Amino acid sequence: MSKDKGKGSEKDIGSHKLFDKRVKQLKMSDDSLIGLYRTMCTVRHFEYMADKLYAAGKVHGTMHLSAGQEAVAAGISLAVQPDDYLINHHRGHGHFIAKGADINLMMAEFLGKDAGYNHGRGGSMHIADFQSNNLGANGIVGGGIPQAVGVGLALKMQKRKEICVCIFGDGAANEGVFHEAMNMVALWKLPVLYICENNKYGMSMDVDRAVAKLPIAQRADAYGIPWACVDGNDVVEVYDAMKTAVEHIRSGKGPYFVEAITYRYFGHSKSDRNLYRPKEEIEDWKQNRDPIMRFTKHLLQSEIIDEGQAQEINAQAEQVIIKAVEFAEASPEPDVSTLMEYVYA
Amino acid sequence: MPEITYLEAIRQALWQEMKRDERVFLLGEDIGRYGGAFGLTHGMLDEFGEERVLETPISEATIVATAIGAALLGMRPVAELMFMDFVLLSLDQLANQAAKMHFMFGGRATVPMVVRMPGGSGSGAASQHSQSLESVLMQFPGLIVINPSTPYDAKGLMLSAIRNPNPVCFVEHKVLYKMKGEVPEGDYTIPIGVAEIKRPGRDITVVANNVMVMKALNVAEKLSKEGIEVEVVDPRTMLPLDTETILQSVARTGRLLVVHEACQTGGWAGEVIASVVGSPIFDYIDAPVRRLGGKDIPIPYNRILEKAAVPQEADIEQEIRASVEGRI
Repeated sequence: MSKDKGKGSEKDIGSHKLFDKRVKQLKMSDDSLIGLYRTMCTVRHFEYMADKLYAAGKVHGTMHLSAGQEAVAAGISLAVQPDDYLINHHRGHGHFIAKGADINLMMAEFLGKDAGYNHGRGGSMHIADFQSNNLGANGIVGGGIPQAVGVGLALKMQKRKEICVCIFGDGAANEGVFHEAMNMVALWKLPVLYICENNKYGMSMDVDRAVAKLPIAQRADAYGIPWACVDGNDVVEVYDAMKTAVEHIRSGKGPYFVEAITYRYFGHSKSDRNLYRPKEEIEDWKQNRDPIMRFTKHLLQSEIIDEGQAQEINAQAEQVIIKAVEFAEASPEPDVSTLMEYVYA
Repeated sequence: MPEITYLEAIRQALWQEMKRDERVFLLGEDIGRYGGAFGLTHGMLDEFGEERVLETPISEATIVATAIGAALLGMRPVAELMFMDFVLLSLDQLANQAAKMHFMFGGRATVPMVVRMPGGSGSGAASQHSQSLESVLMQFPGLIVINPSTPYDAKGLMLSAIRNPNPVCFVEHKVLYKMKGEVPEGDYTIPIGVAEIKRPGRDITVVANNVMVMKALNVAEKLSKEGIEVEVVDPRTMLPLDTETILQSVARTGRLLVVHEACQTGGWAGEVIASVVGSPIFDYIDAPVRRLGGKDIPIPYNRILEKAAVPQEADIEQEIRASVEGRI
């Protein structure tokens, strides 16, 4: 993986030759490619539905939507095993869906219902599924980064083959614990894959004004951790990098760091009026670099699916989300008599 | 029964539990070759090896976070923060993360971990190495805050803490490390969340924690000779606080004094007093309830000033006399 990727995403748009070459090199089956497409469509529908539900007053509080970033979530999920651990950030819906979370339970949690993953105690920012080694999202920026040290340490102590995938944003990379944790995972050669999902803005602060030296991933050099910086809107490139990283980690060589450059379409959260970035920039990413649009184009050109199948998969994904909303809306609210539960185990 | 120090009692608990349960491991700064800043983990590296006595870089937030991550995977980490003051460096991980995980994740995650932290003044370590921050930690439901006052309690509570499925802050007191007391060699536990009446008495209830228990007991012994019988209640666990035992005691004595080294403003004495005066026990109170906390200042370096900053036996005696004699 070359280290100057990420900036050159434009040149790769439509470079179908490169797509074909990569797919062949990586021995990706049609099924796995279609799977990626399905995952990305599902995430996109979840996020737009979430926005719709909020506008309709069915969700309160805040939420952080990942529309535009689907290729990162999908690319990671294909490179790891289902029992690998996941520590996630606040913009986490996509990663949970890609990890195979039950979308009904996610949606129920999103609506604060008792049937939700967290019995309505967590909401969008804290969805977790401990049965599938999904250790949850975090409302504190960077909060999960040092916890991955402990998960990696336990995996090593217990002599297990799983790894810990820890995802965070460009903003989190400026928290102090980022450096503490990088040092410790490297020192102890822990099986941790750190993924910086750089969507270019930490709330309103653009990464050029927040990070002294880019790419963020080069900071890994300071700790002797191998790294790559990739076009996060190219799902195959993401998969390629993650596959390399996972192989490195699983062979016992210690941690790996991947930065994926991507872009979010919605604002940071619900209070965001997008005053800090030009409309043209958002439109440019949507029209010219959209990860689903790019991937669909390649799939059609390689005749892995045809137009009709693409539409069908997309429609099926939408149905999954609609059904999840029906499930969530039909679920009861938590009973107030249970308010004091779950404080202590 | 053998007499050992408070420090040795804690070490014995760690040692025995590591022998009994291979999931238990220690992590912290200088706990290996150095044996811990106070020598508490002396000899443990040789006995248990580097994998279970894990020396860390100076990264308090990540020390606590590492304990969290390992606990989520079924380990039983015991982390050491060299001084309680340093818990403030790791407070996000303790308060926003560990304390809330079981709740936030709908009861589906447990975080069985212990964070040891020596607090308190009396060692001439000045403002950043002498604080008593238990009242701060009491603001985070989901945490358990333990504060032993004797070697016997220290061992029994440590064994309970490690076996508890919740994140536990185990607050030790530096001045107590050398205190000797009878400690059974074998395995025993002391229940978490249960106060103990350290000395029964009919005239006044004194609620005190850690080093203040010893001071209150000394004063009680002295006043007993004059016929003033002081009941000393040691909460042992600060969170969850056993207000029931305190209420029953005050109902018997009719008088209350709460003593702690933590700064008076916002200190837990206010919590104890509020729970007493706001309960039906109020009818039994014969004198204004009193509190004696640390002065609202950072702990000074100078020995004389340091002593004056926190309650001493003479102060406790004066407060008890004022209460019993009906002075305001």
